[in-house]
Amino acid sequence: MSGNPQERVLLYIDLHLVHEVTSPQAFTGLRAAGRSVRRPDLTVAVMDHLVPTWERNRPTPDPIGREQLRQLQENCRASGIPLFDLHHQQQGIVHVIGPELGVTQPGMTVVCGDSHTATHGAFGTLAFGIGTSEVEQVLATQCLWQAPSPTMEVRIDGELPHGVVAKDVALGVIRQLGVSGGRGSVIEYTGSVVRALSMEGRMTLCNMTIEAGARAGMISPDQTTISYLEGRPASPRGDDFDRATERWLSFASDPGAQFDRTEVVPASELAPFVTWGTTPAMVAPVTERIPYLTDMPDQASRDATGRALAYMGLAEGTAIQDIAIDRVFIGSCTNSRIEDLRQAAAVAAGKKVHPKVRAMVVPGSGTVKREAEREGLDRIFRDSGFEWREAGCSMCLGMNPDILMPKERCASTSNRNFEGRQGAGGRTHLVSPAMAAAAAVHGHFVDVRQLSATERI
Amino acid sequence: MQPFTVHQGLCATLVRDDVDTDQIIPKQFLKRTDKDGYGEACFFDWRYDSGGNPDPSFELNQPRYAGASILVTGQNFGCGSSREHAAWALLGYGLRAVIAPSFADIFRTNALQNGLLPVTLTLAEVRLLTERAQTDEGWQVTIDLTRQSVTDALGHVATFEIEDFWKECLLEGLDPIAMAEKRDPEISAYEQGRSALLPTTSYLGAL
Repeated sequence: MSGNPQERVLLYIDLHLVHEVTSPQAFTGLRAAGRSVRRPDLTVAVMDHLVPTWERNRPTPDPIGREQLRQLQENCRASGIPLFDLHHQQQGIVHVIGPELGVTQPGMTVVCGDSHTATHGAFGTLAFGIGTSEVEQVLATQCLWQAPSPTMEVRIDGELPHGVVAKDVALGVIRQLGVSGGRGSVIEYTGSVVRALSMEGRMTLCNMTIEAGARAGMISPDQTTISYLEGRPASPRGDDFDRATERWLSFASDPGAQFDRTEVVPASELAPFVTWGTTPAMVAPVTERIPYLTDMPDQASRDATGRALAYMGLAEGTAIQDIAIDRVFIGSCTNSRIEDLRQAAAVAAGKKVHPKVRAMVVPGSGTVKREAEREGLDRIFRDSGFEWREAGCSMCLGMNPDILMPKERCASTSNRNFEGRQGAGGRTHLVSPAMAAAAAVHGHFVDVRQLSATERI
Repeated sequence: MQPFTVHQGLCATLVRDDVDTDQIIPKQFLKRTDKDGYGEACFFDWRYDSGGNPDPSFELNQPRYAGASILVTGQNFGCGSSREHAAWALLGYGLRAVIAPSFADIFRTNALQNGLLPVTLTLAEVRLLTERAQTDEGWQVTIDLTRQSVTDALGHVATFEIEDFWKECLLEGLDPIAMAEKRDPEISAYEQGRSALLPTTSYLGAL
């Protein structure tokens, strides 16, 4: 896609993911113009953003939200789009179920009216978030007007230190690039760390690409990708799988590929990270302190940091490990897959959630939930005092009843610590699943690397 | 699409970088199913205090900015969530253009799709506009899309770049969907040639 940004190409979309919040106006627009859905067979819809994660059999408590769910149901029925409604066994967060069902495959173009669509880039797809007008355009034509994007390589060399996981890589990349450092670009993540990541880890890394401002993030397909795709419901079978494998691997990056820009992030500089402010780039290793305003390079940074700390109710120079928390949220399209839950459960096993903390685990999908229950992870969480919920976006964006109260402080495995993101006045600290579980147990942030040494996790 | 040709209006400032779409329109207002009625909720958490009254400390609540239709703000405006409700909210608030050193990509496209003009100027030019708007009460500028210029009563202030595609769409009020539909034979031909190995979703609902 590299080239002249003045150029407009019509890009064909191989997979269009639809959810309840950003689609109603698109369907209304389509009907008003007398248009229909061109390729319902390349479209899939799911209820995830505002669904309750508790007592699913009762009507959704919020009448306006209920109407949005009803419209999605009706729009999908009328246009023949397959829908995973809130009672479907495989319902879940749109960016969890796409890969899980096997509809996300290397070499495809994937769009969704959701900024975390780059998640699917983990499979070597060009996947990006779009607005509702573009949702309407894809429904009508299966195409989007696009300009070529500059390319950026983000190379993570070395080997991840013990206790450092994909979420920390994502936060480390954003810390280095800044929240707008990737603006306009498509990122390819390369390097030995990326090669060693599981598909779950790769999805976590690609998921947060938008938080560095980039349009899309992707990882070259390899044997890890192929192994994940084998046996998925939408994956080809038998000889077709072998033919598909050959095709998928043909999308692997060429050795020595040229990029418009390269950023190197040494793995040795990564640590378990905790955000302390109101953008994901306001982040520090768990062993460090919130920066002092006098250390900021310019007045604009001092102003922004001062505003963020006032909102967060924190003082400059505070040690990250001295920050006490009220809530823990383990979930979201960033960190709600089975591997994330295993990492959190490993820390929680045999321990109790701190008496001052309320903690919840929201699996990314019905499939993840059942697998976790099969492995006994739900028992570990429940015995420790975590709430074990139904799948959905939940407290990542707080469109359902799962929200923070004003001034409540949360260790969250989600992707955004913006003001009010998890509830008006709520204070969010982004961390990995293991860091979130450790904070739940201790009531404040702790270094999971220390736990590993002393508590033999 | 709502056309944009020339617009003259009062400039208001919001001096901060990285204004995210969660601030422009908080999530509790995303449950509606139409495109209107978001103006009252624009910048909700910044604009109103906990009692629901306008917070006088919020920059845009200054009486001097009442009726502003052009917002001058910081870098990376509109970052975060893809919610097009942010563009609808800014339009509902009464804005027709936002001037900033840079915009987040998805927001910028959403704004263009709705005839809310994102004008990218240099940091120095944005600082100049910010100072003028803050010192010169009632200061207005004219944004001329044909000439790609921002001018005030005294004359030239700045020029800006915009892709030919969007310029044409905005000047003529063209519909990008209709423009794509004109290419239907090519789209159909492409569909014929797509690999049979690519997945479809038709059977998924029955799983």
